[in-house]
Amino acid sequence: MTHTHIPSSTDHLDLLESHAIFILREVVAECERPVLLFSGGKDSAVLLHLAVKAFAPQALPFPIMHINTGQNFQEVLDFRDRTAQQIGARLIVANVQDSIDQGKVADPGPMGSRNRLQTVTLLDAINDNKFDAAFGGARRDEDKARAKERILSFRDTFGQWDPKAQRPELWQLYQGKVNTGEHVRAFPLSDWTELDIWQYIEREEMDLPSIYFAHERDVIMRDGMWLAVGEFVEPQAGEVVRRHVVRFRTVGDANCTGAVLSNAATLHDIIEEVTVANVSERGATRADDKFSETAMEDRKREGYF
Amino acid sequence: METTKDLLRLATVGSVDDGKSTLIGRLLVDTRQLFDDQLDAVQAASEKRGVGDLDLSFVTDGLRAEREQGITIDVAYRYATTPKRKFIIADCPGHIQYTRNMATGASTADLALVVLDVAAGLKEQTRRHLCIAALLGVRSIIVAVNKMDAINWSEEAFRKVENDFASLSQELGFSSSLLIPVSALLGDNVVDASSNTPWYSGPTVLDALDSSNAGAPSSSHEAARLPIQWVLRQPGGGRTYAGMVNGSNFQVGDTVTLLPAGIETTISDIHYGGQDVSEATVGLSADLGLSAETDAGRGDLIASSPLPTVTKELDATICWFGEKPIKSGQRLRIKHTSKSTPVRVASINGLIDIEKLSVSGATSLTTNDIGLATLQTADALVVDDYRVNRVTGSFVLIDEVTNATVAAGMVGRASFL
Repeated sequence: MTHTHIPSSTDHLDLLESHAIFILREVVAECERPVLLFSGGKDSAVLLHLAVKAFAPQALPFPIMHINTGQNFQEVLDFRDRTAQQIGARLIVANVQDSIDQGKVADPGPMGSRNRLQTVTLLDAINDNKFDAAFGGARRDEDKARAKERILSFRDTFGQWDPKAQRPELWQLYQGKVNTGEHVRAFPLSDWTELDIWQYIEREEMDLPSIYFAHERDVIMRDGMWLAVGEFVEPQAGEVVRRHVVRFRTVGDANCTGAVLSNAATLHDIIEEVTVANVSERGATRADDKFSETAMEDRKREGYF
Repeated sequence: METTKDLLRLATVGSVDDGKSTLIGRLLVDTRQLFDDQLDAVQAASEKRGVGDLDLSFVTDGLRAEREQGITIDVAYRYATTPKRKFIIADCPGHIQYTRNMATGASTADLALVVLDVAAGLKEQTRRHLCIAALLGVRSIIVAVNKMDAINWSEEAFRKVENDFASLSQELGFSSSLLIPVSALLGDNVVDASSNTPWYSGPTVLDALDSSNAGAPSSSHEAARLPIQWVLRQPGGGRTYAGMVNGSNFQVGDTVTLLPAGIETTISDIHYGGQDVSEATVGLSADLGLSAETDAGRGDLIASSPLPTVTKELDATICWFGEKPIKSGQRLRIKHTSKSTPVRVASINGLIDIEKLSVSGATSLTTNDIGLATLQTADALVVDDYRVNRVTGSFVLIDEVTNATVAAGMVGRASFL
């Protein structure tokens, strides 16, 4: 920050920040081997920024891990690498391709979605590294299943979430003890909304992948979404390639994350856009949430982020 | 655009089927907090389950099982903003078997939004929830007297509930309670004032939430507390002690005591996120430097006067969530602030009768019972009475084998018992 911000008990961003820092410190103190899941998206960027603050002036006391589907936007991979280098974090990359090569999951083909396959790679990486806690940037305002999840969410030895038998979580007594093979997911950004995230990014003058800001791109309309034409999305018969000024509201795989038509080129523009948006960020841009009424719950039960 | 807002945490309280989820759905829809695609999804789900055009309860009842059964199983967190504040809304389940989830939602609430069916009045489960909310230290309540449309907006019926409620509210010690006649289904007096209740001149639910001072930081001269979570090493060899400030503020130069060691010292420096500050206010995760050389660490507490109690024996009120009954002699683990230690149940001292608000003799507690117990801890804890401080007065009990959280506990005993 160029200006000095004095934290205050009556500023919702300061209170959200402090709550997140409290959770980060509590999990690190209670668990043996935590890891922070870092996708390079805006939420995990905020999470990492908070983690650095929570342990300043010391180094980050845990590694960061990216589950790489192999279908990511290059701008996001670049951001991932430069951010990890800047803060001196140890970056673990777990590749979905390895899970495919080992025959653990079926290959959906070069254009097929690897979204659901990530769960296997994620759970294997947690298991192989013996992580007992994984920080994630999920927010409760994103989805109706996430709205139900605890801040510290218990996973059994199969990595499963049981929404009907969650641990009671009273006050701020976050309880992360698990037996061998089990783990907790910790969500310090649970109570943040999309708007809170953007206002915080602006206040903290954070770096982000360039695809969040308006730029010109070749896109096609598929299933009601603008998909970026490229390595993982090729126009099919009847699909017309158009050049539009777009930006991405969320960052997922290139073949299931839609762009929105937008001229928002600065953080200020984005905040104005988010303030008046009438479609949710996942509704506008994520094919992975449209499989069924309870797509997120179903994936979370299996161990998804 | 104004970016600084204050924060109010509220929980819905009340019996099953009185319309808690519908009220929250109505509040979110009428304040346009829901996006078009979310509303479309609620419409599609309503049609699919044959419950009409738009079942507002589906806004918060998002789990597959909840929609199949038409009930709320676990807390849903929803967010709303007005020009003045950000609301964190915990929509809690009403069923008795999900009391643990209701307590989860209410434990962090500044305010309880009570929903009751005007025709049914004060059901046992409503009384139970109000009692739990009061035990959990929620002092402000707003009561939405719901389903007024079903009784033709009868003022008489509303006044009867108001009357019944007044004595219970007083008994439970709520500092402010406001009753509002509403129809969550139709939206009357939720966000927009109703023309069906000319005899009611008070605020709508939204206005009442927006003007409530329940979430304001306490202006009273309470003592400051910082349970140490983590020790940070500063460049040059010094150490600072990180944790969240509660009770009151800390300033550089304040005289404080490190507990349980009992070392009196002063605050030499305060940091926040790596930045030097002169003051750490309530709700902020700061780190403090102390003038004295100490071996302070996680589980210790930095406190200003009046000091908390250092003890290995606690008299407490506990909500038992375990599947098997809790009895004297049982061994568990306690988590209190940032400290965990083994604990033994010395005695169960009674069961709270929710209906009579009295304590009856009991030597064990079963699932969802609330009772009184004496606990003995292996290591000393540094505690305040829960009525004085919700952070240093609260704890959870943990099963040592499964690590499940099996009880919520509050140091001391509510005055209404």
